[in-house]
Amino acid sequence: MSVQTWTWLLVGITFALYFGIAIWARAGSTKEFYVAGGGVSPWANGMATAADWMSAASFISMAGIISFAGYDGSVYLMGWTGGYVLLALLLAPYLRKFGKFTVPDFIGDRYYSNTARTVAVICALIVSFTYVAGQMRGVGIVFSQFLQVDINLGVIIGMTVVLTFALLGGMKGITYTQVAQYCVLIFAFMVPAFFISMQMTGNIIPQLGMGGSVEGGEFLLDKLDKLHTELGFNEYTSGTKSTWDVFAITLALMTGTAGLPHVIVRFFTVPKVKDARKSAGFALLLIAILYTTAPAIAVFSRTNLIETVSNKPYSEIPEWFKNWENTGLIAWADKNGDGKIQYVAGNSLDGKKPIYTEARGLNGERMISNASVAQNELYVDRDIMVLANPEIANLPNWVIALVAAGGLAAALSTAAGLLLVISTSISHDLIKKQLKPDISDKAELTAARIAIFVAILIAGYFGINPPGFVAAVVALAFGLAAASFFPAIILGIFDKRMNSQGAISGMVVGIVLMMFYMMKFKLDMFGGGTSEDWWFGTSPEGFGTIAMLVNIVISMVVSRLTPAPPQDVQDMVESIRIPSGAGEASDH
Amino acid sequence: MSEKQKKATAYWKENLKYLVILLSIWFIVSFGCGILFREELNEIRLGGFKLGFWFAQQGSIYVFVILIFVYVRLMNKLDKKYGFDE
Repeated sequence: MSVQTWTWLLVGITFALYFGIAIWARAGSTKEFYVAGGGVSPWANGMATAADWMSAASFISMAGIISFAGYDGSVYLMGWTGGYVLLALLLAPYLRKFGKFTVPDFIGDRYYSNTARTVAVICALIVSFTYVAGQMRGVGIVFSQFLQVDINLGVIIGMTVVLTFALLGGMKGITYTQVAQYCVLIFAFMVPAFFISMQMTGNIIPQLGMGGSVEGGEFLLDKLDKLHTELGFNEYTSGTKSTWDVFAITLALMTGTAGLPHVIVRFFTVPKVKDARKSAGFALLLIAILYTTAPAIAVFSRTNLIETVSNKPYSEIPEWFKNWENTGLIAWADKNGDGKIQYVAGNSLDGKKPIYTEARGLNGERMISNASVAQNELYVDRDIMVLANPEIANLPNWVIALVAAGGLAAALSTAAGLLLVISTSISHDLIKKQLKPDISDKAELTAARIAIFVAILIAGYFGINPPGFVAAVVALAFGLAAASFFPAIILGIFDKRMNSQGAISGMVVGIVLMMFYMMKFKLDMFGGGTSEDWWFGTSPEGFGTIAMLVNIVISMVVSRLTPAPPQDVQDMVESIRIPSGAGEASDH
Repeated sequence: MSEKQKKATAYWKENLKYLVILLSIWFIVSFGCGILFREELNEIRLGGFKLGFWFAQQGSIYVFVILIFVYVRLMNKLDKKYGFDE
């Protein structure tokens, strides 16, 4: 069977499975809709958390980014896993004991203030919307790459699927669909990895193959370092970022992960405090399977790519190269006219993406109009590394199709989790808690469903018309979460003396500072600036660390200059520190 | 201070002690071995890996997983000791 047929078949089967689960797990009450009734087992919650967490970016882009960044890519590996240690040790058990539905719930109650609640709702909406737009785009890309469906139609199909299981089942439907999606995505990620590891190193476990040796007895990583040096790139295992910047980005990603509302809210769904801890462990274990495989894939595909194309005549290049050239993810300009592909350090293009002309060159390649003067002749889009890997390694058609189904599972599960946070923020934190406290359970449920519907439309709109800033901002959603939620929650649990004045001023200054820095250096506002002008040599991705520290200092100082929180709030802090008597997540 | 409060305070103190120890390890494997001291550790090899690079892309993640499960065990025991388990 052709790749196309296999892809339709696998995507069809997995989608049918998601629909089936959605119908089976319908939600009848707000409690089921918001926290799946609070009865999810730690294993199921671990899988759902892992699927929720691993987005289109983790599945499609991460290995590719690492493949091009080498050691520098470690910030994502450590940052996006180390955050779970913070989550498990510092947040999840206490927030579960607190036992409400949302993160703004905790902020609002702990800081006895609707202002604090509103600030938290706004932060949650900013973080979630920037994130979800990227997911819908990811769905569109997978559809267009693998099924030759128009990218916009792809986004609409994705919207319909998410809408069905989110609308019907709320958190309950989403949780059990995510369990299925985890299985699909991890299977799809691992199968090609086993194949390629076996092919290249003779060891079927990619984590070991990465440190293994290739034909001729040389270690794979040493060989790659040597290839890199020969072609003028930095050594793969060394990297180019400053040590401080690597430190700052890693810490910002870790604390951001621990502060993301759609991840935190998953820990409200388990029955007991004990389960919240255990569930965080399962989640990280399941995430670690992908996160320790990704760097191995990065090394395999980097080596494969260099060996396949470097100094090879275009006429002898394999079919996949031309296919991806046709979809616009590869571009080659024969600058020195020798008919061979020179792949060396330096940007082959002026600008970021190739601009194709209609014409074909002497060798049959697609001509581009923005080739640079640099010696490098080849442009390769990072996303190719995972998507094209099975083709590059000559794997069977069903494995290639599996990657499409896995990419879709990753994007859809994350989108669903985010949309739920957006809808709860509106129906619960805004309508129920502030505007109309006497709303009935049924009416609140209707409001939540309407909110999810509207949120999907907005997300879909951004998926079809991606504003230029989305890509730049998605990575910074972590900085925003680190600069706002993380300190407010941690201090709320570990510092009994922390009061509303301290927390609110900290959150506001933290998120405003982070947004300012982001707009200045990413969007060229407020005078812009280059990496020369970065404060303390910190990139915008790493600035979340500084904004978080500023938040903490301001919170501490302001809280000590203003009155202590009321006695009942102090008693509440005492009580969330003790695990027993968590009961079910409740409204009161 | 009532008996219950005393118990709660003692429980919290032991909890904090565990947190300090576990988070120190968390910091050492990632920010220490994987970032600050990787140049030095890269002199040592672990099969085909330079050790600092291994910590940054593999080792720290394994340790993170272990840390959470150790924490789960320690806390379950602590809950039992103070009668907070259910």
